[in-house]
Amino acid sequence: MGREAQSEAIREATAAMADRMAAEKSFLTDLDSAIGDADHGANMNRGFQAALARLEDADDDPATLVKTVGVALVSEVGGAAGPLYGGSLMKASGELEEGVTAESSVAFAERYLETVEERGKASVGDKTMVDAITPAVHTYRKAIEVDDHDPLEALGKAVDAAERGVAFTTPIRAKKGRASYLGWRSVGHQDPGATSTLYLLEELFAVAEEHLDGDVEIDAEADVDPEELGEPAVGGDVDESANSDGGS
Amino acid sequence: MKKLINEPDTVVDEMLEGMVTAHPELRRLEGTEVVVRADAPVEGKVGIVSGGGSGHEPTHAGYIGDGMLDGAAAGEVFTSPTADQISEMIQACDGGEGVFCVVKNYEGDVMNFETAIEMAEMEADTDVGYVVVDDDVAVEDSLYTSGRRGVAGTIFVHKAAGAMAHRGADLAEIERIAEKVNGRVGTMGTALTSCVTPEKGEPTFDLGADEIELGIGIHGEPGTERTEVMSADKITDHLAEAVLEDLELESGAEVATIVNGMGGTPLMELYVVNRRLQELLEDHGLETWNARVGDYMTSLDMMGCSITVLELDDELKELLAYPAETPGLTVAEG
Repeated sequence: MGREAQSEAIREATAAMADRMAAEKSFLTDLDSAIGDADHGANMNRGFQAALARLEDADDDPATLVKTVGVALVSEVGGAAGPLYGGSLMKASGELEEGVTAESSVAFAERYLETVEERGKASVGDKTMVDAITPAVHTYRKAIEVDDHDPLEALGKAVDAAERGVAFTTPIRAKKGRASYLGWRSVGHQDPGATSTLYLLEELFAVAEEHLDGDVEIDAEADVDPEELGEPAVGGDVDESANSDGGS
Repeated sequence: MKKLINEPDTVVDEMLEGMVTAHPELRRLEGTEVVVRADAPVEGKVGIVSGGGSGHEPTHAGYIGDGMLDGAAAGEVFTSPTADQISEMIQACDGGEGVFCVVKNYEGDVMNFETAIEMAEMEADTDVGYVVVDDDVAVEDSLYTSGRRGVAGTIFVHKAAGAMAHRGADLAEIERIAEKVNGRVGTMGTALTSCVTPEKGEPTFDLGADEIELGIGIHGEPGTERTEVMSADKITDHLAEAVLEDLELESGAEVATIVNGMGGTPLMELYVVNRRLQELLEDHGLETWNARVGDYMTSLDMMGCSITVLELDDELKELLAYPAETPGLTVAEG
């Protein structure tokens, strides 16, 4: 895939994510009202609609486009979710400067995960977006580097892994973010941040399927998938913990 | 609950507009909720900036002026400002020597400042340093924070860092001082009533007519203990003892203190608290070098106060005595 096609795929993936956030707005807010402050759906939707609008004037370069989405999320999602979803995307976009390849997509995904963990000071098992991102990123890397899968197949496995990660957030106690203040009462509720992360990855995969079907595996050009992977990562929900409010 | 507002959504914008009109030495960065010195950036000096949610006035923009802050980013009520606006502020306050950020320890604030610092470094190659203030001795983990919260002790950090910058110190020196103040200051607060946010229009938490909450933060988040209402002297003892226990001061130490109003308590009562505070410090063999009483770090209309104690040395005394002129705090020449 050439850079132009990569850029087109990033734009399409962002549009698909924006549509999905709009569609799931109420559901995400319902999840958040149980253990957070009931604004995750509205904040994510606002952020992705703004990102879509900002892409209209952005240069057709994969790293620039992903960074533009990140800056839009930082500005519009607000609270702690802005830096967690958007700031991490901004930082990880640097890995795509040479374009999207299987290799750069792995670097992008790992950088995204690292930034979320560092900024949110969260680890696996804290009942946050990290519980969805970590299995997705690890599975993606293993599929590419160890099992020699093509990026599309790897991304599909990453989505499945994220889904299991989301399910894992339900029966555990929150240790980070606003949900952690509920203590044991947080058990039994699905994490909204992990959930929105999964939705973003699913949309990335759907767009990747259209662009990569059949010819991806052939070479490092598998780039497209990586991009998409990157994007979901971007979308990766912040932990609920990352209180969208994050007040002072 | 009655409020002197138009719409909850426009409160912050309208407050800032009114503020820069009252203080022509301040100006707003267009299209943002950032206020800076009218003459920013000041060439040849490290810029000192702060920011956080609104509702704590005169914090944060009220401490902009010669000898203190160069800029302050305002978020919505009790909500962190966004990283893009903080980054704009940092760039607007860089006079070539870099910018130092004073951040209070709340998850949203810390994450947005850290992201903003990366943005400023990436976009404008600005040198940026920061300190995370965590002076509240009441809690280790609060509703909004991992670790201690940043509250009224932040005023001392603004003051000392601002004086250092005005004297021409570099980023590293300013960071050293900010960390030094943060390591020697403790605060504890109490609420007699809950605050009422413009958005909600009713009390954030329920407190009985004969109850008070001890160990509160500045956003209406719960405290560590709820008790029956006590006399001013007893409340003062409770707050001050908690702070002194945390600071572990030696007899003979010199301190600066703040009896800070939370927004809804009359100055008369704050002075009553200060009277007892100074008696108690004397009983502990401590010498108060400077005592401030007033509304410095508020929580909207909450009734209550906090007590802050800072352990001094010669360097800190010099910095606190250094002239400053801001809407919220002035130290005269000489």
